[in-house]
Amino acid sequence: MLSILTIIWALIVGIIVLGFIAASAMFLIWWERKVSAHIQSRYGPMRVGWHGVLQSVADAVKLLLKENIIPAEADKLVWWLAPFIAVVPPVMAFVVLPFGKNLIVKDLNVGVLYLMALSSVSVIGIFMAGWGSNNKYSLIGGMRSAAQIISYELPLILSMIIVAMQAGSLSMQKIVLAQAGCWNIFHPNLAIAFFVYLTSATAEINRVPFDIPEAESELVAGFHTEYSGMKFAMFFIGEYTNLFIISAIAATLFFGGWQGPVLPGVVWFLIKSYGIVFVLMWVRWTFPRLRVDQLMGFAWKVLTPISFFNLALTGWLLIK
Amino acid sequence: MKKMRPDEISAIIKSKFPQVTEEAGTNYIIVPKESILEVSQYIKNPPLALDNLHCITGIDRKEKIEVVYTLYSIGEHHGVTLKVNLTLEDLNVASVSAIWKSANWLEREVYDLFGVIFSGHPDLRRILNPYDWQGYPLRKNYSNPDFIAKPRM
Amino acid sequence: MDATQTKDMYTEEFLINMGPQHPSTHGVLSLELKLDGETIRGCTPHIGYLHRSMEKIAENRTFTQFIPFTDRLDYVASMNNNLGYVMAVEKLLNLEISERAKYIRVIIAELNRIASHLIATGTFAQDLGAFATPLFYCFREREKIVEIFDQICGNRLTYNYMRIGGVMADLSGEIIEKIKEFIEYMRPKIDDYDELITYNVIFLARSKHIGVLSKEMAINYSVTGPNLRGSGVKWDLRKDEPYLVYDKLEFDVPVGENGDAWDRYKVRIEEMRQSLRIIEQAIESLPQGDVTVKVGRVHKPSVSETYFRTENPRGELGFYIVGDGSVYPYRLKIRSPSFSNLAVLPELVKDIKVADIVCVLGSFDVLMGEIDR
Repeated sequence: MLSILTIIWALIVGIIVLGFIAASAMFLIWWERKVSAHIQSRYGPMRVGWHGVLQSVADAVKLLLKENIIPAEADKLVWWLAPFIAVVPPVMAFVVLPFGKNLIVKDLNVGVLYLMALSSVSVIGIFMAGWGSNNKYSLIGGMRSAAQIISYELPLILSMIIVAMQAGSLSMQKIVLAQAGCWNIFHPNLAIAFFVYLTSATAEINRVPFDIPEAESELVAGFHTEYSGMKFAMFFIGEYTNLFIISAIAATLFFGGWQGPVLPGVVWFLIKSYGIVFVLMWVRWTFPRLRVDQLMGFAWKVLTPISFFNLALTGWLLIK
Repeated sequence: MKKMRPDEISAIIKSKFPQVTEEAGTNYIIVPKESILEVSQYIKNPPLALDNLHCITGIDRKEKIEVVYTLYSIGEHHGVTLKVNLTLEDLNVASVSAIWKSANWLEREVYDLFGVIFSGHPDLRRILNPYDWQGYPLRKNYSNPDFIAKPRM
Repeated sequence: MDATQTKDMYTEEFLINMGPQHPSTHGVLSLELKLDGETIRGCTPHIGYLHRSMEKIAENRTFTQFIPFTDRLDYVASMNNNLGYVMAVEKLLNLEISERAKYIRVIIAELNRIASHLIATGTFAQDLGAFATPLFYCFREREKIVEIFDQICGNRLTYNYMRIGGVMADLSGEIIEKIKEFIEYMRPKIDDYDELITYNVIFLARSKHIGVLSKEMAINYSVTGPNLRGSGVKWDLRKDEPYLVYDKLEFDVPVGENGDAWDRYKVRIEEMRQSLRIIEQAIESLPQGDVTVKVGRVHKPSVSETYFRTENPRGELGFYIVGDGSVYPYRLKIRSPSFSNLAVLPELVKDIKVADIVCVLGSFDVLMGEIDR
């Protein structure tokens, strides 16, 4: 029984969240270009606005004006639907991110489980993009991505479970409050879980060193070769939104979320999230990429055993 | 660093194969086209150990086409040049690509530009020109409407 | 068809065309790959997209007029191509050049070798996925070399600097100071590359034991240059058949152990260090004198032929020149190193993954301009 007020409130919250997502994605795209440029001893975008701040806006306008090319032999429905399926799960994940003490859209008491479920859905979008394009390169990219994401789900979920065990709850706010005395990163077994989480999450969002699905030097552009204009923009925004989300989850689960002295909670949350985003960008512009069989080998032979061992260790430490 | 002088090398080859001759004034060895395979097999083994077929050049001498093999030895630091003369009616010579694998692409290039057929070559097709090109461009009598020679000094 | 395959559901190999337009094939090269999943079962290279018939053009140009054409062979190391050609013509004409010209030629050739290896390193790291960062660093270093060349001869890419009988222009004191500064600047940068790329765990995992080229196969296929040295054969024309003044200069020849992609890459990095040593010594011993011998612009060799080879950054560049008494060469054959280097590629890619073929091709450092001529 929804009253009018609830509906209006829901709409307002939705608009705020979507606005934040759009602004954040634009900011991240600009920031990535600047970070990469300075690592490579050059400047990056400098013309559009102060130090190129409005570059993302200019790019978005350009992409909107581009011609929508649909490959002739493509599986039309699958091809058309793929960007949406890739983009919607990250947006949905914003529901359980705790921005501040009371700034959370809905503190589901199965927050962590909800996030794990969503991370598995985006891969379907990528796979649909690969299949629907009717292009050998895209197909290879889509299949590689599916294999990669499925392999790295397990270490990812195990690290999140370890944190949930430590806090005694699956709700995101309760996990933050459980770190009131000491952030999770300072416990040794949780520090290991943090590194496992960060590696698996990088693989989940297809970033270097795990960016095989879009390996530019081998497959031109992988699964999004045949997308142009706004559809390509949707994949792009989805990727950067994903980047922000995994950093925000890392900040929440391991670094104490919005807690911190002096400054309001929101500011601390954003500082921590963007800090982890910066580390991921730094890694991207430094390392080469792994080959697909080395990547799978790493997930199954290294990360998964470490996670299981860590799980047993955490359990033992808790009942001791 | 044993290094045989060119006249020593040609003396050894001539003593083993009396049918080869030497080009006047130089140490280039002219091999009749029937003997190219056995001469190649011999010179690849020690003592000559010419294991590096560096370059195969085709030269159109108007009444004949010369195929020039430039060979070197990495272990012994010496080299030799073999020549095979082919008449225009019979542009056929055995391929040495089984002995030196570098001959595979080098002979394809001579076929592409001169029209010399290397019998026994595993994959004799054009390499630089498109596969359906007509004519052999580096021959002196090659004519093509797009090819206009500069006026000579 | 094995037991897992039935009439209606079977797997077959599929053909994929890598190129001619592809971000990693270093020019217009088309590789026809037969894939079985991610594994390559066969590879056929198709070349000739950049064939400009230089050898035919040479029959209609005087010897001096052909020098700018040699620039366009291996456009990344133009000075070395010029050098190979003019030395072959000088051998045909039995021409001796001045000592100063020999030293200048050595300095310039080694500078260009560094520039060429920088591109090889940067693009190799980029192909493996280290997206653009090593490439930008290498190009920043190459920019300094190219600026020096710009001051010497006016060009940044195709120099047309060497002449039959010497070089085009002298090196002024200011340029020599700049070269000395560059040497000091470059030494720590090569150590930077070692830290960033060479010993990185991911880089090692991607390039060790990939594309192993054995000694016998390398010699049989007439592979030359850093590719041959990466397979363990200690052969460098500058030491084994010295030309110019290389026999008076002290330097080492780096050799790899296993013949894999990492060894070939490491040989190039080491060669850059050795080139810096050579340039230093050459600058110290630079004698005074003229830079060209007084010969005309038009040369008429006797009826004779000759073959001369030099050590290019990519291998051994050979020129077979036949003179017939006129001012034009009767036949000019260019033996390019990348042509023979590329021929061995189909042997090395049996049963490796698609990602590795990019690694192998990058480690071979081929350039289509000199393959197709």
